[in-house]
Parts: sequence; C-alpha cells; structure tokens
Amino acid sequence: MFEFLTSGRYDLLGAFWVTVQLTLYSAVGSLVWGTLLAGMRVSPVPLMRGFGTAYVNVVRNTPLTIIIVGSLLGLYQTLGFELGAERSEDIGFRLAVLGLVAYTGTFVCEALRSGINTVPVGQAEAARALGLGFTQVLTLIILPQAFRSVVAPLANVLIALTKNTTVAAAIGVAEAAYLMKNMVENESDALFAVFGVVALGFVLLTLPTGLLLGWVSKRVAVKR
Amino acid sequence: MKLRRISTAVAAAATLALVATGCGGGGDKGKDGDKIVIGIKFDQPGLGLKTQDGKYTGFDVDVARYVAKELGYPEDKIEFKQAPSAERENLISNGDVKFVAGTYSITDKRKARVDFAGPYFLAHQDLLVRADDTSITKATDLNNKKLCSVTGSTSAQNVKEKLAPEADLQTLGGYSECLNGLQNKTVDALTTDDSILAGYAAQKEHQGKFKLAGLKLSDENYGIGLKKGDKDLQGKINKALEKMKSDGSWEKAVKEHFGPANYKYEPAPEITEKG
Amino acid sequence: MTSVLYDAPGPGAKRRNIIYTVVFVVLIGLAAWWVLATMDEKNQLDADKWSPFVTDSRVWTTFLLPGLLETLKAAALSLVIALPLGAILGIGRLSDHAWISVPVGVVVEFFRSIPVLIMMVFAHQLFVLFSTIDSEVRPLYAVVTGLVLYNASVIAEIVRSGIQSLPTGQTDAAKAIGMRKGQMMLFVLLPQAVTAMLPALVSQLVVIVKDTALGGAILGFNELLFQVRTITANYGANTIAALTVVALIFILVNFALTSFASWLERRLREGKKSTGAMVDRNVIDAAGGMGAAL
Repeated sequence: MFEFLTSGRYDLLGAFWVTVQLTLYSAVGSLVWGTLLAGMRVSPVPLMRGFGTAYVNVVRNTPLTIIIVGSLLGLYQTLGFELGAERSEDIGFRLAVLGLVAYTGTFVCEALRSGINTVPVGQAEAARALGLGFTQVLTLIILPQAFRSVVAPLANVLIALTKNTTVAAAIGVAEAAYLMKNMVENESDALFAVFGVVALGFVLLTLPTGLLLGWVSKRVAVKR
Repeated sequence: MKLRRISTAVAAAATLALVATGCGGGGDKGKDGDKIVIGIKFDQPGLGLKTQDGKYTGFDVDVARYVAKELGYPEDKIEFKQAPSAERENLISNGDVKFVAGTYSITDKRKARVDFAGPYFLAHQDLLVRADDTSITKATDLNNKKLCSVTGSTSAQNVKEKLAPEADLQTLGGYSECLNGLQNKTVDALTTDDSILAGYAAQKEHQGKFKLAGLKLSDENYGIGLKKGDKDLQGKINKALEKMKSDGSWEKAVKEHFGPANYKYEPAPEITEKG
Repeated sequence: MTSVLYDAPGPGAKRRNIIYTVVFVVLIGLAAWWVLATMDEKNQLDADKWSPFVTDSRVWTTFLLPGLLETLKAAALSLVIALPLGAILGIGRLSDHAWISVPVGVVVEFFRSIPVLIMMVFAHQLFVLFSTIDSEVRPLYAVVTGLVLYNASVIAEIVRSGIQSLPTGQTDAAKAIGMRKGQMMLFVLLPQAVTAMLPALVSQLVVIVKDTALGGAILGFNELLFQVRTITANYGANTIAALTVVALIFILVNFALTSFASWLERRLREGKKSTGAMVDRNVIDAAGGMGAAL
C-alpha cells in the first residue's frame, strides 16, 4: 500500500521542501509588505491611507487562486516580469511567492493594525511630547509594542500561509498538493495512504509552528 | 426581538438555499427512448465547443450529428453531454451516453473497457508555434525552448523524455493559459494533437498568428467509443462513417473547421474497428 | 487611535504631506501608465477583447451567470451542511466527558491543519473510485465535501468561542433554576451564542466563496473562474479580459458579504437584548479566513 513512497517515482520530500520554501519566502515578504501596508493605513497622508484601505479590501475579497493565476497570466505572460529567473519552474515559484505575499500581506496588515490599537494612547502622546515625528513614533515606539502583542494572530496567519501554498499547484508549481494530485491519479489503489501521508506532512508543518509561536507569544507579550 | 427576527431570517434564507439547490441536482439522465445522448468535448474550438448561444459546433460534433442522423435521430433528438478526457470510459460503460466522439484516440488500453467504431480521423501529436518563428522545425529544436502543456496531458512528457530532454516544460491548467503565453512570447511552443492545435489556430482571433510545425510525432486514430460488445451499433456507425466520407460531408466538415489554420490534414482513414 | 500617532499638521507638515501625496500619485500613475502601455503594446486593450462583456449579453447568460450560480450553489451547500456538523463538533469539544471532547478535539484540529485543496483532491478521487456520482456533478460534490470537512471544523471553533464568550452568569442562572446540561445548552447558551457568532459565520461564507475557485482551477468544477477558459475558447485571445471580469464579480460578491457581516456586527452590538458577547471576527478571520486556502 505504501509502495509509492519507496518506488522512487515520486519525490515526496522534494515536494514538501518546495512547500517549506514557498512558506518561508512568502512569510518574510508578507511580513514586510503587511507592515508597510499597516504603516500606510495609519499614516498622516490621506491618499496613502486611502490606498492602503482600498488595497486591503480588494485583495482580501479576491480568491487567492485568481491572484496567483493572474500573476502568471498578467505579470509574467503579459507584462513580461520574469523576476530574475530563467527556467519556467523557477519563474512559477517566484510568481507564486509574489501572489502569496500580495494576499497574505493584507492579513498581516490587519493583525498589525489591531496590535497598534492595543498600545496605550499615552505611549504615542509621550513620544509626540518628546518631539518625535510620525515615522519615529511608529517605528520606535508603537510598532515594537504592537508586534509583541500580535505574535499569536501572526502565528495563525503563518499556519494559514503554509496551507495556502497549495494554491501554487494552479500554476504548476511542483509542491505537495501538485504531487498529491498526480499520485492519486496514478496510484488509485493507494488513495488513502497517499492522503494520509500528505495530510501528516501538513500536520507536521503546522503543528510545531502553532506550538512554538504560542510559547513565544506568551514570552514576549507586554504585561499591562 | 430584533435579534430573533434576524436569526430566523438567516435560517429561513439558508433553508431556502438548501431546497433550491437540492432540487437543482438529479434531473433526467436522458435515457428515454426517442432521444440519443452523445458525449463530446465542450471546450475544444474546431472539434467540440459549446458556443455563446448554447449550441455545439466542431468537427467531432458534425461527425456525431451525421452518425446520429444515420441511426435515425434527427437534430432535435440529440442531447450532447460533456465528456472530459478522463471521463470518457466511465460515461460509456455506465450507459450515460450512447457513444462518444471527442478527440478519442483508439488505443489498446482503452479497448479493454470500451469498443470503438471508425477511425474517422487521423491526427498526429504536433507543435503550435508563432507564425513568425522559424527556429522550431524539428522536435530537438525544443531544447532550451519553453514548451507548454496542460495538466494531465502525456504529450509534453513524451517530448521531454524522448525527444528534447532540455526542453523547459511548463504545465498549466488549460490551453487558454498556454496560448496567452505563446502569443506574448513567454512560451515558444504548445504541444498536443494537431487537430486540437488547428482548432485553436483557426479561431477568428488567432488566424495568422500561429502555425503548426507539422512534425507528426505520433499517430492518433480518432474513433467513436461505444459500449463494449455492442457489435450492432458498431456496424451501424461504421456504415454511417463510410457514407459520410463517400457523400462528401466529411471533406466539407474538415474544411469548415480546420481550413483557416492551413492544416494539412490526413485523408479520411480506412475503417479498422470491425466486429 | 490612529490620529494619536501624529500631531495636527502645521504649515510645514502640510507642505510635506502635499509633497508626499504628489510623489505617491506620480509613482502610482507611472506604474499604471506603464502597465496600460505594455498591455496596449501586446494588444490586450483591444476593444474586441473587452467589448463582448458589454455588448454581448450571451457571455453573461451562457457563461458568467451560470458559473456564478455554481459558485454560490457550492458555497451555500457547504455552509448549510457544515453548520449543523460544526455545531455538533463545537459542543462536543466542550463536553465534560473526556471520551467525547478529546476525540472531537483531535478531529477538529486535524481538519483545521490540512489544506482544503488536498481534501478536495482526495474526495474527488474517492468519488471516482467508490461511487457512481455522475461525472458532471462530481467536481461539485468533491468541492463541497472538501469545504464541509474544513469549514465544519472552523465553525466548531466559532461555536466553541461563541459559547465561551457568554457571561458565566448565564450558566449559573440556568443551573440555579435546575436545568440539566442538555437543557442549559439548548435553551440558554446556544440561542445567545448564535447571535454572537452570526458575523463570524457570514465572514466564513466569504472564505467559502473564495475557496470554490480552487475547484475550478484544479478539479474542473465549472464555477465562475472556470468560465475564463470557456469564454476564451469562444471569444479567442481575451484571457486577461475574462480573468479581470471574473475577479471583479468575485470581489463584488465578497464585498457585499463582508459589508453585510460588518452591518450585522454593528446591529447586534447595539441591540439591547444582547449580552454584548461577540466572537471576534478578525481573530477567526486570521485563522479560518486565511486558512481556507484562499
């Protein structure tokens, strides 16, 4: 029943390694992009606030599948972004990361915004009384405290991101779900085993993330 | 009690949705005597396509209509059913359709589950390239070129494994994605049966933009799939196909659907699948 | 809170803000101009690629609207089946008996931690092998099965937090008048929890609608996104136009649902009869919303 694991026809570990890479690159990108978006949404420039709000509302309501397929059809095929890669395989991977960052960034932004709201008003007032400008208030005083209070929500976003990497299968990125689809079609007698192994893989990826970051969130939370 | 009212409304709406959708499923299987159900492709321009009018058009469709007419079913007694590649054997053996005419190559593996009539068309695996691209004239030219195919297709795998191991293979969800890439030069070639490729190249919006490389990488004999052991139907369909060839309808249908693509199609093949 | 982050702009700050605004507008304008110019160069802005969506009503009646109907059908079915299932799992997880709460907890956590796509793929193949479901509706069944398994476990968590969000006085009072555990759950806790959960449930519907697109891209479910292929097969090289229109429809539908959820939440918060308990939509969103693969 588990011959598919040893037959050498399927590179299961390789596929999960792609899943892990997709997750890691997208996580870093989403964190940066989400922070920028959150910065825009609380900035003193009305137009930036408007852009941030519009972006978040539109992207959150778009299926990730459309964003990733759109990045292939629009960004790559029509606008010609190759993202510095030559082989289709690498281009597909980078496009998937880009799509995941564009989508996940909105969730990071919203988590961060609720974190900013937990920082007592006095902190910002004190900072302004010292003569700090908006950028200084945000980066030196508010964000460091906000981040510490949103570790748990961000952990949820990271777990969700791990699962969302499977959408990259829609543009042929050879990650775990893509491999699984090939496996269930070719090894129909091992359907349950294939599902079990892939599901186990995802449980192994998401469970430690949740536990570790849950522990971290308790450690770093600001006691008030 | 506004809250109560809101919850009730939501519950009622949910129930309505359930009832509405519950009734949507099922439906008749079209097995009643005076109608014939035929499996075709719904998404292949030139072969089997559901149009914006809800009608069906293409070479396979014309063949299916002709055969149905010869079997005694006029146009309005034909019901077309979508037969995606992976489903064709199931549809036939479950009796959901009387026969399938949908880019259905006759192979020994398939003959274990269904019988064929025909063949009625000889296609080859080929490449579709941009009209102004002269760099791809043989399969080995694909090395270091970007080759596109759709998920579940074996043709691209054949090229990569046997002919051009250095080809940069990209697997996308549908032909429309590959064509968009071909047009915008992020894909150099698209591979599958030449009949399918010709169908796309013959589309009004694509005319003059693409050409077939004419490589004949394989032989694909399109047959009409029918229930295993139904020798009577097989004989009748073969007779209908013979007639279609002899009275010129075959030639006319091929010209109409593949003509604009400059596709050098093979002459009508001899019937080989006989009881 | 946000305005606390900066002082009321003086003359200098006002000037600076105007400069930032202008720079921002120029940057966005340049990007938009470049995108449009490149699209034009590749003939993606040609009128014949876009005009069918305005002038040809058949695009809507043959492709887009039936596709949207399939999307909504799958979403509605999934929610309607997942709701009772999720409620049972959620209540089961709160059970005092470990032999109920532990296995239910394991099931909920398992289905919450695996991607909905692999459940859909699994269900699809399962139906191919072990059922006689017609090939035309099989993708719908597979998508709904995947969505139900995933969303029942998410709804279980919504129900659990909905019940836990109620003031403990409710439980005490129910016990004081001699209610059994079952009665307390059925007559006191659940009815109140439902109102606390409603906004979160509507938000979850957005997630479900977005997830159906995955069935179209990967399982050949003929929902809205799938129509991009059928439209381009008929109208030729207008993939980008078709994808844009489909994306807009998705955004509009989901935006309406999101607004409804916010309105519901405001309405319920203002309601005098409510306990004021509310399941935090954003927390569930962050977990479930994203977790649902889209």
